[in-house]
Amino acid sequence: MKRRTFLKGTVASGMLSVAASAGLLTPRMVLAAWPETAFAAKSIDDALDTLLGDTTLSTSGDIKIKAPEIAENGAVVPITISTGMTAESISVLIAKNPSPLACSFALGGSTLGFVSTRVKMGETSDLIAIVKSGGKLYSAKKTVKVTIGGCGG
Amino acid sequence: MAKKKIRIRAKMKGDVAEVKTLMSHPMETGFRKNKKTGKKIPPHFIKEVICEHKGNKVLVASWGVAVSKNPYLSFKFKGAAKGDTITVSWNDNKGESATADAKIS
Repeated sequence: MKRRTFLKGTVASGMLSVAASAGLLTPRMVLAAWPETAFAAKSIDDALDTLLGDTTLSTSGDIKIKAPEIAENGAVVPITISTGMTAESISVLIAKNPSPLACSFALGGSTLGFVSTRVKMGETSDLIAIVKSGGKLYSAKKTVKVTIGGCGG
Repeated sequence: MAKKKIRIRAKMKGDVAEVKTLMSHPMETGFRKNKKTGKKIPPHFIKEVICEHKGNKVLVASWGVAVSKNPYLSFKFKGAAKGDTITVSWNDNKGESATADAKIS
């Protein structure tokens, strides 16, 4: 427990200095200071609430998740999220991971609604992509089957 | 530095710049145990990746431990031209960081 509070303290002070040195940032980008509590959250709602300040999701057909149906190795699951919307941010959550929030991307004004990366999945789970556009949250889901987990040994 | 920590490839496709990056990082989750000692391996992961073009942040990624080892990241943006420089930098939970840049071709 002590270690945890210690870690939180150091991260919080680190974030302050990042925010202070980031005088040129637009308000939107300030949100991108690393969200410690969102990444530590154990439920999807908690993660969304702390990361984006909202848990109301509308399902959207305009978000495409490209991911394998069956991932042989949960440690490396290639995913691509794309959307035609003007996205402010794209976040990826993995429902059954110990901490659902996997990654979040804050996009600049000229950046297209497209990100591609590789994530770890502990077990077969829903992959949830959340796009923030015009202050609203839109989501899409895809189930990925995992044969060998990527968390733990 | 023995190994290049960030590799970047950026290419213009029409009016869109497509950037692909590969970072060299263990991305340790903190859940794994050392099999010999049974002790947990402490987490070590990239927290933030910042991609800049002409001083503008085109993409800021916040990552948790669920991003794979040696992370790959790709994105697209408009408003770039051939020969422009794109800068990618990351910092991790141990306070380490790396920066690299590449020309868009």
